[in-house]
Amino acid sequence: MANYLPEGLPSPAPMNDNLDVPYWEGTLAHKLVIQKCSNCNKHQWGPEWICNHCNSFDLSWTEVAQKGRIYSYERVWHPVHPALKDQGAYVVVLVELPDADNVRMVGNLLADPEADVPIGAEVEAVFEDHPGGDMPYTLVQWKLV
Amino acid sequence: MSFKDKTAIVGIGETDYVKGSGRSEVDMMLEASRKAIADAGMKPSDIDGIIPPPGYTYSEELAANLGVEDLRYAATINMGGASPNAAIQHAAIAIASGVCNSVLITLGWNGYTAMRPKPGQPPGRSAGIAVLNNAIQGFYLPFGVSAPVQMYSWLAMRHKQMYNTPDEATGHIAVACRKHAHLNDKAFMRGREMTMDDYLASRWVSEPMRLFDCCLETDGAAAVVITRADIAKDTAHKPVYIMGAAEGHPYPADDIATRPDPFRIGLSFATPKALEVADIKIHDVDFLQIYDCFTYVVMLQMEAMGLCERGEAYDFVKDGNIELGGRYPLNTHGGLLSQAHVWGLNHTTEAVRQLRGTAGESQVKDAELGLVTGWGDLGDGSIVILRN
Ligand SMILES: [Zn+2]
Ligand SMILES: [Zn+2]
Repeated sequence: MANYLPEGLPSPAPMNDNLDVPYWEGTLAHKLVIQKCSNCNKHQWGPEWICNHCNSFDLSWTEVAQKGRIYSYERVWHPVHPALKDQGAYVVVLVELPDADNVRMVGNLLADPEADVPIGAEVEAVFEDHPGGDMPYTLVQWKLV
Repeated sequence: MSFKDKTAIVGIGETDYVKGSGRSEVDMMLEASRKAIADAGMKPSDIDGIIPPPGYTYSEELAANLGVEDLRYAATINMGGASPNAAIQHAAIAIASGVCNSVLITLGWNGYTAMRPKPGQPPGRSAGIAVLNNAIQGFYLPFGVSAPVQMYSWLAMRHKQMYNTPDEATGHIAVACRKHAHLNDKAFMRGREMTMDDYLASRWVSEPMRLFDCCLETDGAAAVVITRADIAKDTAHKPVYIMGAAEGHPYPADDIATRPDPFRIGLSFATPKALEVADIKIHDVDFLQIYDCFTYVVMLQMEAMGLCERGEAYDFVKDGNIELGGRYPLNTHGGLLSQAHVWGLNHTTEAVRQLRGTAGESQVKDAELGLVTGWGDLGDGSIVILRN
């Protein structure tokens, strides 16, 4: 499968504080892994230092269902990053994960970029591998169920 | 202890607003600062507090250049575009509690030039906006999201679908700001007509946002001087009193995508506090200077402040309600959309002119009570309520 966006966007992994390393290791293995508090069992995303809910330092990483729901989206026409100069329209969705306390993730919707996007629709994760470069990584994209 | 009415804005200053200043940020800020201090009828040595923007300069550098020997209050507010407006509350608190007497707030940047670097041109300084970097670099940029307009579009799209918001809603905001720009000497878009049809025909940037939903990129600086109420009585102009102010931050403030309720913004928290300090109702104000980086962000703030219910901004902005002559004239100088982008400090200078009664052709008749907002860092908000 071809990548949704062209090569040339900066590699996302990892942040210099390394908080997000387990997430990127998970996506490489085609697993959706996010933070969960071992004390109060709340999921949280993006990665933080302690649990936002109970302030416990005892955060773990847990695999969650690869299913979501479109919370909102946008159709980008004006390229901001130079790598997207010749891209044309592309769709970026906000997907909430009902099985993980409705945390939200950003991704592209793998569909005709000019088609209608139904807010509230069910989607499932598609793992987009970027094996080249010094640091291979995998992005989580979404497609309608 | 409340700071209500204990301080006043007594001086305002602005450079020209241009595309291509050829000047450093600090050079422009010093021009605006000198003008604001002179406008107040004060000397630089009367200033004993300085709040610079987050980036481009430091209090110490401004104090050294202006010859301020006794700097008693130097603070920096990290709220992105909301910082200059939020600084007004900090100044009011510092002065009302006796820490210092007179505070200079300034902001200057090359919002146009810095985006278009030319070979041989010395690099400008940068703004210190880092709070959202982790979210953007790690989790937005790989999907083609890096500009604020692309992040607000998620909110605008959901608003549109949840509340059937017509495109004309944001159109009325763009058109009102443009109409007001035609009356303002400093407005970059003065004389360039924009009708609702022009608005609707402008190209998509990031659906549902069009080109004419986006603010200008300009170079320039503005400054204001705030002093204690008893000192204000002896300054050059009619004092503009700070009745109330507050700042607020959305939760979480370090990521916009994951907020449980993305329409609950900094102003949702700040507005009740500011109104309580000022002891007024939101509908008492005579005009609105609302931070307008994007038209939809104005609607979002209107609803969060309770000017109208959530989902009802279209009814609030239509039928000329936000134009001069309407009940709630909006951004009477043209705003960031059609005057210039000076991080909203130009909204404050315009509010001061309105309340002095010196706003010329765009004067709101009998203006007594004004509202100014700041917005930055994808949801931080500040609100200031001013009276004459
Ligand atoms: Zn917890
Ligand atoms: Zn902030």
